Amino acid sequence: MINAIYKHRFLILRRIVQVGLMLLYIGGNVWGWKFLQGNLSTSLLLESVPLSDPYAVLQMFAAGAIVSSNLVIGALIITLFYLVLGGRVFCAWVCPVNMITDAAAYLRRKLQLDSVSKKQPASRKIRYWVLGLSLVLSYVLAIGAFEFVSPIAITHRAIIFGMGLGWAMMLIIFLFDLLVLKNGWCGHICPLGGLYALVGKVGLVRVAHDESKCTVCMKCKVVCPEMQVLHMVGKTSEQVLSGECTNCGRCIEVCDDDALNFSIRKLAKERGNETNN
Amino acid sequence: MALSRRDFLKSTAAASAASAIGMSVPSSLQAKADEAQSGWRWDKAACRFCGTGCGIMMATKEGKIVAVKGDPAAPVNRGLNCIKGYFNAKIMYGADRLKTPLLRMNDKGEFDKQGKFAPVSWERAFDEMEVHIKKALKASGPEGVGVFASGQYTVMEGYAALKMMKGGLRSNAFDPNARHCMASAVVGFYQTFGIDEPSGCYDDIELTDTVVAWGSNMAEMHPILWSRVTDRKLSDPERVKVINISTYRHRTSDLADMEIIFTPNTDLALWNYIAREIVMRDDAEKIIDWDFVKKHIVFAASPVNIGYGMRKDNEKSIKEGKYTPLEMETIQKEMSKVVSATEAPALKPYGYKEGDVMKNEVPLVDGKPEMLKHWEISFEEYKKFLEPYTLDYVASISKGNPDEDIEEFKKKLQTLANLYIEKGRKVVSFWTMGMNQHTRGTWVNTLSYNVHFLLNKQAKPGDGAFSLTGQPSACGTAREVGTFCHRLPADMMVANPQHREITEKAWKIPATTLNPVGNQHIMKIHRDIEDGVIKFAWVNVCNPYQDTASAKHWIKAAREMDNFIVTSDGYPGISAKVSDLILPSAMIYEKWGAYGNAERRTQHWRQQVLPVGDAMSDTWQWVELSKRFKIKEVWGEYTLRNGLKLPSVIEEAKKMGYSEDTTLFDILFANERAKSYKLDANDPIQKGYDNSEGYGDSRNVKGSDGEVFKGYGFFIQKYLFEEYADFGRGHAHDLADFDTYHKVRGLKWPVVDGKETQWRFNAQYDPYAAKATKESGNSHAFYGTLAKALVQGDLMGVKDPTPKPLPNKAKIFARPYMDPPEMPDKEYPVWLSTGRVLEHWHSGTMTMRVPELYRAVPEALCYMHPEDAKRYDVKQGELCWVESRRGKVKARVETRGRNRPSRGLVFVPWFDEKVFINKVCLDATCPQSGQTDFKKCAVKIYKA
Amino acid sequence: MGTTRREFILSTSRAIGLAALGGLVWGAYVDELTANKLMLRPPGALSERDFLRQCIKCGLCVEACPFDTLQLARAGSNKPLGTPYFEPRDVPCYMCPEIPCVPVCPTGALDITKVSTDNKLDINKAQMGVAVVDAKNCVAFWGIQCDACYRACPLLDKAIYLEYSKNERTGKHAFLKPIVDSDYCTGCGLCERACVTQKAAIFVLPREVALGKVGDHYIKGWDSSDDKRVKNAEATTTTTEISKESAIDSLNDTEVLLDD
Repeated sequence: MINAIYKHRFLILRRIVQVGLMLLYIGGNVWGWKFLQGNLSTSLLLESVPLSDPYAVLQMFAAGAIVSSNLVIGALIITLFYLVLGGRVFCAWVCPVNMITDAAAYLRRKLQLDSVSKKQPASRKIRYWVLGLSLVLSYVLAIGAFEFVSPIAITHRAIIFGMGLGWAMMLIIFLFDLLVLKNGWCGHICPLGGLYALVGKVGLVRVAHDESKCTVCMKCKVVCPEMQVLHMVGKTSEQVLSGECTNCGRCIEVCDDDALNFSIRKLAKERGNETNN
Repeated sequence: MALSRRDFLKSTAAASAASAIGMSVPSSLQAKADEAQSGWRWDKAACRFCGTGCGIMMATKEGKIVAVKGDPAAPVNRGLNCIKGYFNAKIMYGADRLKTPLLRMNDKGEFDKQGKFAPVSWERAFDEMEVHIKKALKASGPEGVGVFASGQYTVMEGYAALKMMKGGLRSNAFDPNARHCMASAVVGFYQTFGIDEPSGCYDDIELTDTVVAWGSNMAEMHPILWSRVTDRKLSDPERVKVINISTYRHRTSDLADMEIIFTPNTDLALWNYIAREIVMRDDAEKIIDWDFVKKHIVFAASPVNIGYGMRKDNEKSIKEGKYTPLEMETIQKEMSKVVSATEAPALKPYGYKEGDVMKNEVPLVDGKPEMLKHWEISFEEYKKFLEPYTLDYVASISKGNPDEDIEEFKKKLQTLANLYIEKGRKVVSFWTMGMNQHTRGTWVNTLSYNVHFLLNKQAKPGDGAFSLTGQPSACGTAREVGTFCHRLPADMMVANPQHREITEKAWKIPATTLNPVGNQHIMKIHRDIEDGVIKFAWVNVCNPYQDTASAKHWIKAAREMDNFIVTSDGYPGISAKVSDLILPSAMIYEKWGAYGNAERRTQHWRQQVLPVGDAMSDTWQWVELSKRFKIKEVWGEYTLRNGLKLPSVIEEAKKMGYSEDTTLFDILFANERAKSYKLDANDPIQKGYDNSEGYGDSRNVKGSDGEVFKGYGFFIQKYLFEEYADFGRGHAHDLADFDTYHKVRGLKWPVVDGKETQWRFNAQYDPYAAKATKESGNSHAFYGTLAKALVQGDLMGVKDPTPKPLPNKAKIFARPYMDPPEMPDKEYPVWLSTGRVLEHWHSGTMTMRVPELYRAVPEALCYMHPEDAKRYDVKQGELCWVESRRGKVKARVETRGRNRPSRGLVFVPWFDEKVFINKVCLDATCPQSGQTDFKKCAVKIYKA
Repeated sequence: MGTTRREFILSTSRAIGLAALGGLVWGAYVDELTANKLMLRPPGALSERDFLRQCIKCGLCVEACPFDTLQLARAGSNKPLGTPYFEPRDVPCYMCPEIPCVPVCPTGALDITKVSTDNKLDINKAQMGVAVVDAKNCVAFWGIQCDACYRACPLLDKAIYLEYSKNERTGKHAFLKPIVDSDYCTGCGLCERACVTQKAAIFVLPREVALGKVGDHYIKGWDSSDDKRVKNAEATTTTTEISKESAIDSLNDTEVLLDD
């Protein structure tokens, strides 16, 4: 039992953070809690600190909206936060859609759908195209284009402000990930993930791989939603530096050999160099 | 994605919705609607709600009422309705209609005051009632059996109830909610005219030049009459003036040329100011119509130290400490009070000065307490009485809006007086609850006639003081049938031996059966329950546990003391909740009935549909109850509280051919005369209509004996109506016969030779007045007979105790301004007034169940001035506490709604059982009429 | 190399093509979704176009509303997703004097200056919409004494007033007809909520939908304040069917003159 918890420690922690945040938001709307009000697009922390989705603000810029200072500050706070933290921490630790796509990925593994088609028929670069396209569309339509279709926002609002047909959107994402494309939404299409991948390139928290301990069991690659970032596994000891890594920690948990661990960017680099030498 | 296509469709639909403004019904749809009507049966009826008495037409289809329309032939409303009337078709079909009797029981199925309600048979229900009535009779005599009666009874059920209570059970603890509504007007009529009900009629509106509303929000409470006032104003905007006189701004001010906001209770000062202007101006001789006054009027005075109709310190519950020290602060005034600076000038002619202690007492006549005592005085004395009501004094005490300039206010008062005085200007003074629900209600009612009499502007087309009734049959049933503790049909009194004799003969019951002591008015019934005297009480067509002030006392008494409370109702209101037994009643159009409106118009309707569930009419419930009582059980000797003995009349009854075991049913309801009214399926009046009491009906309801009820076999409603009507025929209360009323749209009594009467007491229009003035040639005859012999005196009291008759004369009364018993002070700084809203009827049991009306006004709001809201730190739209010495309720603050009080007064309607404002109100009454003053008490407001 | 280059061109153009196609569908969908002209926005909202651009859909206004009047458009409601709106027949705007929904707006989509007078909040300035009476189906226009809307109006006698007129049919019952004054009506919808007809006969529409617009070439001579309305008036050259050709051309065109 304790072992099982240990083997899922980050997963459990992530779920606690995701659900906890959600609860705070729901509390803000339903019971009038003043801790965290609003939603992931923009919120107010403790009735004073503004927090804003940098991507939404970017779209507003593109759309030609007058962006208030509060909004800019909120977006900067969030950007800085993830910039320092590194990787797509938002995606794995905050985003509610993550739970849906994780569930789809889990089922996919259980049903062994991946063994049927190993090669994914789509590029993970699509998200950057979508990101660019959304800004162009925002400019053309003079409106935040992604915000009107964003499954993240729809899901999140559905949970906080009432479901409507929000469940349909959740189901579509789930089925898409399950049947059409492995890690389809989060790993290929989501432009918000794309943006955070760009922001997260330089952050401090990094998964480090110790080749010396690796037995090349490849469990980490199976479980990783962005397996391309683990290209070094079994080959070299180095940090996962790709911004696409979500810092979900699944690889660390499933590794039976202690070959993967969280580390701090700079320090790890030095240590990494030492081992290399 | 499918979404976008749907989206497209939806926006197309939305666009077409936008273009729908001003769209008319396509003719094809109209044609379909016409077709659908063919399965309907249309029949006339009266609106269920207020005293206006609008005529409606009801459509029934497959045993249900499906639609309603205003009756274009009805003279009152000509096919129009207000929105309550508009929803008459929906009032009987609320989802929680009571369908079966419900009794509080324990697990063993026995009655248990602490038990939960569970369905029982009608038989069981009557078993319990029988047991508990007999128990109450044993414990307290007839005074121990009470009924909360109604101004919303049909004429027939009110008469059946009256007959059973007074003639059968010998109890006068039988008083209607109309006591809360019209009692002050009634006593005003009695004292002034010697006979009840208004002299004029609604046609006055079209004939007058001036409408003055005194404490009457006609715009909301009598909307159809208001539309007539509006029409009159439109027809001649220059000539016609509308004045609104009120303690706060309400919708009646909309149309008004002038609005006078006065301090609560100072309406007496306003009336006396106008009278003073008439009597004291330099050209008074030209203003007063001396010819009229000398021929028709005497002047009268009465004691002023009569208290406020609250509990007295020798009463049981007071002695037992059931009233808190806070409550006693106010109740203390019932015993004695200190004359205040505001009232001192008005009381000076009576020998009082500021700071004097006034000891309150019931006046004595021939050694007996007589609250209504009054005597004749000279005109000079009357003038002396009017002396203090100078413009300065009256303006200083009556200006009700602290933000209004006093000089402006004075100008308004002068304008008002001038409008009344202006020669050739016709004036109608309308009032409703503002003047009736008043600790000096009777007084202020009589003061209104003073002004009209002095100017000879009463009982003439377009001229007169006109009391507007609240309830649909406060006149027709409560007053004309006499469902009051002190009354018998046709303005007869239980206290009058001749009247009792007439009634006993008509009812074929032994002489001296009727109880001569009728003092248990509706507040007294509540208080007697609290004192433990009344052990059995039955609620009929009213909601006394919601509609009575100081409500917590009465609910506690009902729930916590040893008594048995029964409620007959259509819906589960607060009274039902407080009861021990609930009886499901047939609602208005589920029975044959008749109502009488404020202009003396009697209107009948047929039973349109069968009642819902096992519900049965109140008439049936009373008649079935009468089967449970034999002569020997109820007609023995009793000793009343005041020591008076009601003799046994059993022997007398035997002489009349009854046996000891004859039931009240046989005597009162199933007698020879009753059986002469035949059920006849070919009678054009009855043909095609149900009569659940006559035949039973297809529901096969199991009745009071456990057997399927098969009907009485005679036309009981016609019998009850005709027997009742006989009391008034030939006595200036003449009603037409039953069948006639089913052919016409109501008739205004007295109906003489088939013709209705528009203006009573006026020799030109009223055959009774014509007869009375044949010799004198006078224009009027105030031929009422009550209190028509007066002893002589001055303001201070009686000087010559020999009564002097005053045939055909009316009275002008000297009645001073006095403070109400509870006024705002430091602790409770705000006046509270309560009342109604257009959308809801009384306690809302019906209208709160009509979804459209509920949505329109879902809750009672606390209307207040924005500055007061700031002062008491409460906000628009948020909840506040309204707290008095008696209790508190939470209500939402409204600073900008339909009612706009000045600073220092809040208004809360009472229809909403969740905003139970009667917990806050004070049960002070007019001591003469017994009517509660719901319009003023002192409260504090604070954040909830 | 050739193949790689061709592959590169091919895959790039395929991506561009896909992006163009996706962008078209996406753009069309967003455009369609935001085309709903019937949205009633919270007090102080910018004009619909600007509002949609500014609103970040955070729901802070919704959370601030003490009456649960405001909602965020849900998926499937066919309204611009995530944006705040209200439906007065369900819950109208109760016009709180402290307007809690507006100051919390982080983006200025709800503009505090639009509901302020002299820097003090003034909800009476709100222009959420305007009430429109369907006179055919309003029972007050039949002569029924209703006026539930009038009494429900927080700006009673201003935003809704009664027009009195004689009822010739009965001869003695005046009509008391509710009339909306769009100068005062805030579009709160308390009237729509209170209306007793099965489907409300008085209802709120966005001002842009419901109100006409008088041209700026004419001023009410009897209303001195009307000048302000046309302060931006400019002379314009007009064209109709008859004036669209130049004077010379039409003068020279004599053909039609002698046609039979």
